[in-house]
Amino acid sequence: MDAPVLAVAGLRKSYRGQEALAGIDLEVGAGELVGLLGPNGAGKSTLTKIACGLVRPSGGRAEVLGVPAGSPPARAALGYLAELFRFPGWCSAEELLRLHQRLAGSAGGSAERAELLDLVGLGGAAGKRVEAMSKGMQQRLGIAQALVGSPRLLLLDEPTSALDPVGRRIVRDLLDQVRDRGVAVLLNSHLLSEVELVCDRVAIIARGRLIKAGSPEELAGPGGVEVETESGVRVFEGAGREDAPRIVNELVAAGERVYRVEVRHSSLEEVYLEAVGGQTG
Amino acid sequence: MTPSPLRSAMTVIGLSIQEGVRKRVFLAVLVLTMGFLALYAVGAHFAFRDANEFAGGEAKILDPRAFTGATIFGMAMFATLFLGAVLAVFLTLGAVRGDAETGLLQPLVVRPIGRTTMLMARFAGAATLSAAYVLLVYFAAWGITRATGHWSPDHLFGPALALALGVAIIAALSLLASTLLTVTAQGIVVFMFFGAGLTAGLLAQIGHAINSDSLHTIGRVASWALPFEGLYAAGLHALISDTSGLTGVVLQLGPFGGSEAASPGLIVWAFAYMAGVLTLAAAVFARRDL
Repeated sequence: MDAPVLAVAGLRKSYRGQEALAGIDLEVGAGELVGLLGPNGAGKSTLTKIACGLVRPSGGRAEVLGVPAGSPPARAALGYLAELFRFPGWCSAEELLRLHQRLAGSAGGSAERAELLDLVGLGGAAGKRVEAMSKGMQQRLGIAQALVGSPRLLLLDEPTSALDPVGRRIVRDLLDQVRDRGVAVLLNSHLLSEVELVCDRVAIIARGRLIKAGSPEELAGPGGVEVETESGVRVFEGAGREDAPRIVNELVAAGERVYRVEVRHSSLEEVYLEAVGGQTG
Repeated sequence: MTPSPLRSAMTVIGLSIQEGVRKRVFLAVLVLTMGFLALYAVGAHFAFRDANEFAGGEAKILDPRAFTGATIFGMAMFATLFLGAVLAVFLTLGAVRGDAETGLLQPLVVRPIGRTTMLMARFAGAATLSAAYVLLVYFAAWGITRATGHWSPDHLFGPALALALGVAIIAALSLLASTLLTVTAQGIVVFMFFGAGLTAGLLAQIGHAINSDSLHTIGRVASWALPFEGLYAAGLHALISDTSGLTGVVLQLGPFGGSEAASPGLIVWAFAYMAGVLTLAAAVFARRDL
C-alpha cells in the first residue's frame, strides 16, 4: 500500500489546559475522500488546522507526504479552505487566483485559473470583485483557490455551509473529479447526507477522540429485515442480508404469503447520534 | 513546487501595497493631504506676507523669511509625521491578529511562505508606502514654502530621510502590536506610543527653555526609547542647523528648542531598534495558533 498522504498519530492539542484533541490516529490515502464528523467543539477544525500548519500540536505526530505538517514542503503539497475565511474585497476572482498561484509556485498561468473557475461554476465571474460576490460564490471561489497548484492533499472545513443545493451539487461533482485525479481529501462537514454521498471513509470524533471510523457502509450496520405478509409488516430486528432467505423460508413453511422483503440499514445519522451520544457543541 | 522566499516576499509586498492603495481610506488620506497642503499654501502665503510687512523699515537683525519659513515648515514636518504615522498604523492595522480573526490571514499563511517572510513583507509594504507618502508630503510642503516665501531649509534631504525612517519605525511598532492585540487595542496603543514620544519631545523643549536638566534628560531618554521622536527632533534641528545670529537664537527658543543634530549613534540605534521590534514580532507570530 502507498504511504498515506496525511498521517496523524497520537495527535494532541490543548488550549490553556483545555484538551481539544486527545490522541487522534487517522490516515488519508491518495485518491481517498475522508469525511470528518463530530459535534461543534469536537476538534475537527483543530485537526485540520494542525494538518495545514496553522496550529501547533501539543503532542503526537502529523505528517503530509512523510514530512512534518506545517513545514514548507508539506504546505506546498496542500490546498485549504477554512470554515471562516475572507478574501480581500477589492480583489477580482482572477486576481485572487493569480495571487495564490504566485504564493503556491504554480506555473499553471491563465489556463489553470480559467479551468478552476469553470470547475466551480464561476467561469463567467473572473473579473468580478470578491465584495460583489454572494457568500456562496465566495465559497466556491475559496474551493478554486484551494485547488491552485494541483495540491496532493485538499483540506476543506465546511466547504458547502453557504451553498444552495445547486452549489452543493457542483462541489460534490468537483470532489469526485478531484478524487479521480488521485488527490487525498479531508472533508469537515455537518451535513451527514453529503458526507454519506461522497466520502469513501468517515471518521467520527467527539471530545477530541476518534469514536468510529470506516466506510459509510461499514458504519451503517444491519437495521433488520422488513417483511410484508398477509398478516401485515413485520420487522426482524438485528437480522442482516444473510438472514433474509432463512426468514422467508420459515415464513413460507409456516404458511404465510410473502409479498415484499427489505433489508434495512441504520443510517449514518443514526450511527453518528449513537456515537456522539447526542452531544452537541 | 515551492516558490523562492524572495518571490513570495515580493508577492506579499505587492499585495500590501495594492491593498493599501485600493482601500477607500487611502483615498480619504490623499484627499485630506491635499486639503492640508492647500491650507498650508494659504497659511504660508499670509505668514510670509505679514512677516515681511512686520520687518519692513526695521533694522533687520532678525531674518523674517528664515524665521517664518523655519517655523511653518517645522510645523509642516510635525503634520507630515502625524499623517505618516496615521498611514503606517492604518496599513498595518489588524495585520496579524485582526486578519486572523476575520479569516483573511489563513489562506495566505498555509501557502509555502514562511511566517517571518510574510511578516517582513507586510512591513516592507507598509513602510515603503508610508515612507513614500511622507517624502511626497514633505517635498510638496517644501515646494510650497519655497514658492511662497523663497526660503529653503539649511538641509533638505536629512529631515526627509529622518521622517521616512521615523514612520518605518512606527510601522514596525504597529506590526508588533498587531501580533498581540485586537485591532482597536492595537490602534490605541500605537497612538499612545506616538503621543508619548511627542510629549517627551515637548518636555525636552520646555527643559531647554527653562534650563531644566531633569526635563532635558527625560527628553533624551524618550528619544532613544522611541527613536521616531529622536529622528523627528534631529530633522527639525537640521532645518536650521546653519542659521546663526538672532534668528537662530529666537528659533531655538521656539519650536526648535531642545532639538539636536542626528548623531551616527541615533541612526544606528534607529535601525537596530526597528530590527529588534521586527524580530520580536516575528517570534510572537511564529508561536501564534491561527
